[in-house]
Amino acid sequence: MRAIEVEGLTKAFGPIHALRGVTLAVDAGDALVIFGPNGAGKTTLLKTIATLIRPTGGSVRLFGIDPRADVRLRAQIGVVSHQSYLYPGLTGAENLLFAARLYGVSRPAERVARLLETVGLTARAPDLVRTYSRGMAQRLSIARSLVHDPPLLLLDEPYTGLDRQAAGVLTGLLTAMRGTRTIVLTTHSIEQGLALCDRMAILVDGLIAYEAEDGLQDLHAVERIYAECVGVPA
Amino acid sequence: MSAVGTVGQLLWKDLVVEWRGREILTAMLVFSMLVAVVFNFAFSPSPADAPRLLPGMLWVTLAFASTLGLSRSFVLEHDHGAIEALRLFPFDPSLIYAGKLLANLLYLLAVEILLLPALAAIAGVPLLASAGPLAVILVLGSIGLVAVGTIFSAMSVNTRIREVLLPVLLFPLAAPVLISGVRAMLSVLAGASWGAILPGLRILIAFDVVFLVVGYVIFEFVLEE
Repeated sequence: MRAIEVEGLTKAFGPIHALRGVTLAVDAGDALVIFGPNGAGKTTLLKTIATLIRPTGGSVRLFGIDPRADVRLRAQIGVVSHQSYLYPGLTGAENLLFAARLYGVSRPAERVARLLETVGLTARAPDLVRTYSRGMAQRLSIARSLVHDPPLLLLDEPYTGLDRQAAGVLTGLLTAMRGTRTIVLTTHSIEQGLALCDRMAILVDGLIAYEAEDGLQDLHAVERIYAECVGVPA
Repeated sequence: MSAVGTVGQLLWKDLVVEWRGREILTAMLVFSMLVAVVFNFAFSPSPADAPRLLPGMLWVTLAFASTLGLSRSFVLEHDHGAIEALRLFPFDPSLIYAGKLLANLLYLLAVEILLLPALAAIAGVPLLASAGPLAVILVLGSIGLVAVGTIFSAMSVNTRIREVLLPVLLFPLAAPVLISGVRAMLSVLAGASWGAILPGLRILIAFDVVFLVVGYVIFEFVLEE
């Protein structure tokens, strides 16, 4: 079953064309990493898939359904963005409980306690998020994206701001989830991305410049391809 | 979760954050009290003039105080991208409007509860005899102010000049609320009957209904980039 079907997707912000006809399909359970330089359109693509941005043209279907036609489909999506999506004036536990309740999670307190333990924040759960470090907020943000156990995860540069320990926690989480849910990840680290995903795409100037399922073990070859697509020396 | 439950959660979040930070209410209250004192010094109303001046002083103060609260209302959601997170929840985005509107309304009513007696004491106007009609006028007027203000607050939060843009957008549209509120209150303080203030109340009710419906319907589009 196709988890994501993107067909001829375009998005223009005034004169700037962020996406210029992206076509992409991701099967349920697949993990796709999208590489691309700054301004390539990675964030716009993920936000459009997540229904946060209305496309200028083309279509997006999630699990065979137009996500804009049925708001309930949003319960199938978990998003980690550049922004934390957290309220600094609420505690870590309150932030997760708030999200869990609005997603209609049954036994939200238990789910929240389990997630806090998973991301190593149980001891800091009663503290206000404004007292968290950048890395701790990012870990909580990741827990927040998983609070409703979504089958589709959209992760926009999730390693940003994470220290080595937190990055290890995220890698462990994503590795454990491989095959059980669909993951679309954007990152600037080719090594990290290849280690976590079984497909890759390179987005340049709002277009998919390269897509592959095979040969992802050869880091140097992928780096060379990336450099060719982006037009910089490897 | 039901729509009422969802709005309840959204309201709970706003009230808890405000209770801990006290950013909005403190700003609104301090500003209102200062304006009340300034008005008193500026006009020094005589006992005969006071009932004629009080409604204008009150509604002008409320209009400016409400922009202070409304301009901060969506900053909380904007700073860490929480507004995007709210749009990812599987419920009608218009419920976000309902939650914000209720929070803004509670803040404004809290200010009114303290401001009205303070202004009345400063101006020496007895209010107890007409407390019922005054409360009705204030609640209807406040609903109108926040119904429009919440829409413009969401629209202006992504701009760099939000503190300027909000009153520029809000005041012209909220003029019927301010004018009707002042006139109705003048009649009440002059001892008029319910029948005399009914035309003003009708305008307030019509304004509230129109902008509550408009806000609820268009809010999804207001939130989109």
